[in-house]
Amino acid sequence: MYKIVEKKDLAPNIISMDILAPRVANSAQPGQFVIVIVDEEGERIPLTICNYDKEKGTVNIVIQAMGSSTKRIVALDEGDYLKDFVGPLGRPSDYVNEDIEEVKKQKVLFVAGGVGAAPVFPQVRWFHEHGIDVDVIVGAKTKELIILEDEIKEVAGNLYIATDDGSYGFNGMVTGLIEELVVNQGKEYDLVISIGPMIMMKFVCLLTKKLGIKTVVSLNPIMVDGTGMCGACRVTVGNETKFACVDGPEFDGHLVDFDEALKRQAQYKKEEIELAKRGQEKTCTCQHGGVHNG
Amino acid sequence: MDRFKRVPISVQDPVERASNFDEVCLGYTEEEAMAEAKRCLNCKHHPCVGNCPVGIHIPRFIKHIAEGEFEEAAHVLAEYTALPAVCGRVCPQEEQCEQVCVLGIKGEAVSIGKLERFAADWAREHNVEVGKTKEKNGFKVAVIGSGPAGITCAGDLAKEGYDVTIFEALHEPGGVLVYGIPEFRLPKEAVVKPEIENLKKLGVKIETNVIVGRTVTIDSLLDEEGFHAIFIGSGAGLPRFMGISGENLNGVFSANEFLTRNNLMKAFREDYDTPIKVGSKVAVIGGGNVAMDAARTALRLGAEVWIVYRRTEAELPARVEEVHHAMEEGIKFEFLTSPIEIVGNEDGWVKSIRCQRMELGEPDASGRRRPEPIIGSEFEFDVDTVIMALGTSPNPLIPATTAGLEINNRKCIVVDEDGQTSREGVFAGGDAVTGAATVILAMGAGKQAAEGIDKYIKEKYGEKANA
Repeated sequence: MYKIVEKKDLAPNIISMDILAPRVANSAQPGQFVIVIVDEEGERIPLTICNYDKEKGTVNIVIQAMGSSTKRIVALDEGDYLKDFVGPLGRPSDYVNEDIEEVKKQKVLFVAGGVGAAPVFPQVRWFHEHGIDVDVIVGAKTKELIILEDEIKEVAGNLYIATDDGSYGFNGMVTGLIEELVVNQGKEYDLVISIGPMIMMKFVCLLTKKLGIKTVVSLNPIMVDGTGMCGACRVTVGNETKFACVDGPEFDGHLVDFDEALKRQAQYKKEEIELAKRGQEKTCTCQHGGVHNG
Repeated sequence: MDRFKRVPISVQDPVERASNFDEVCLGYTEEEAMAEAKRCLNCKHHPCVGNCPVGIHIPRFIKHIAEGEFEEAAHVLAEYTALPAVCGRVCPQEEQCEQVCVLGIKGEAVSIGKLERFAADWAREHNVEVGKTKEKNGFKVAVIGSGPAGITCAGDLAKEGYDVTIFEALHEPGGVLVYGIPEFRLPKEAVVKPEIENLKKLGVKIETNVIVGRTVTIDSLLDEEGFHAIFIGSGAGLPRFMGISGENLNGVFSANEFLTRNNLMKAFREDYDTPIKVGSKVAVIGGGNVAMDAARTALRLGAEVWIVYRRTEAELPARVEEVHHAMEEGIKFEFLTSPIEIVGNEDGWVKSIRCQRMELGEPDASGRRRPEPIIGSEFEFDVDTVIMALGTSPNPLIPATTAGLEINNRKCIVVDEDGQTSREGVFAGGDAVTGAATVILAMGAGKQAAEGIDKYIKEKYGEKANA
């Protein structure tokens, strides 16, 4: 059992939790994820690690209530327990193991969509701790769904906000803002790292390919075990089948078959709706599961 | 009574069981078990013992059953195995103990497996305490993986007085016993859980949700957590795919995914959250026990099921009993058939599967006749789900994160005759070493490694750890 030591509301239906899991906190690196099971009947849900404190032994996750299991997690309070919390899973981001002098030479732009801002945060902080300023775009449907703005601002070079309805920051999608920065303002980037809904990452990649900027995406396919034993999370990258849970979750976005990935992600939509009905929920708009996943 | 004929065992009716997940084989009653046990000739040279990978003294426990001393029978089993209720159910006895039973020469071998199961079930139902451990010696051993190899190794070391901790990546201990083998062959609550509880009674600690290679490493266990030795029993859990077109369509699953959803995550139960997709027509590719398990699971979830296998019935690697059960339940078999493409519809879902017919050619390296395609025999049949049960290989995570751990070209960990790897103090066994094999072979390897670890630690550190 894993104790919830702190719970915070970030936005409507989006909460942040610090979970006491010393072994996970001790080994976590940027880019990795955990798998959570809320209770005996719960499913295994992958969630990207959003922060970790090795001294306190805590790991932070951010969850958007979408399906049955995520709603049950969000309903828990400080002092309650999650049944299972396993990780860190997946490969750390590539730059973690690269020569830091080489990393410093690159101009990096992070592009986060929705709750994707949460997993982007520890990555931006990693760059900040290594003395590197990176630019960050955070996009959401509307102003009240922008999360972690202050936290990211503190560790980023420049933070740009985009809202689909123009209620805050740039009026439009994150792709529009990338074009604005690169094409209109003449900013130069060597690397884009994008985390958010699959459909957003697809369009970011289509644009950056045109602009000639290398792009890394953190894929969020359906997962079960998260350790490489089932292949539920398989994706086609550069014409090869990869298991996102062990070979990723980060891949070269220009090599990912997003259309296949999007279809595979919708595989359990019908079952999700059934499950939601059973739990007397009105609708289910989700990808199966959680924030960065499921 | 005819000494050459087995006492029959009751099973659930095939029509009824095809729609439930209850155990198929119902086991012997006390009277039936005693009658079957009395068939044993108690031969002096007892060839059955030599053919049991963990060397159970079979005539000894059977004699106790014949005399109605069921508790004593359970004690004999406990000397050799931590998982008698499991092995009695899932071992391929026809290739092991029962294959060499002297009665088998003129008639039917003694039902050793069913008697082992009976004794273990009886002991559990009557709360018989079976575990005895020696005084603690102060040495710490870490066991990676809680499948049959790890459980056996941990149990044997605990009995010798070691302080044993098992690290398990999933949220439930048991390995393939919980995620792979379905309820209708091996009930989880009634059979697997109590055997794992017995292990805890021996003092073995189990930490679930720890992935060695990610959460901790072999080196951190040795250097920071003070373990004197490590046993790697991480299995062979990496599924194989065929590499044919259409394998990433929706509706194509590895048997591991399909079975994990159903068995570990209990997707067949309405009150559990994990969904499972089974269409109305399912093709299971492969002919091993995993293929039978996947096919019979799909059937129970309401589908019409075909097994597609490239050789003939005679070469099926699955247990005869399981093939027989599958056929009784209405699974259809397409022998000498191999898929060449999975065809999808415009929404990305499986629509059909294209196959070709095969014929058997010359024997290959394994001694089995190699299937060769018949030119022009391609055909297509409509299915909406395809389950790939083509075998598995060891997960590369531990070798990739452990410096100096030698693996062979099949990604299996290399060990010496004591079970020790190329890293001092690090032992391995089971499917991680052999590639996918059987529960009982993994147990044999776990037992052997426990002896190797005992020898290694005592030679290096003496009989007791310094306090």
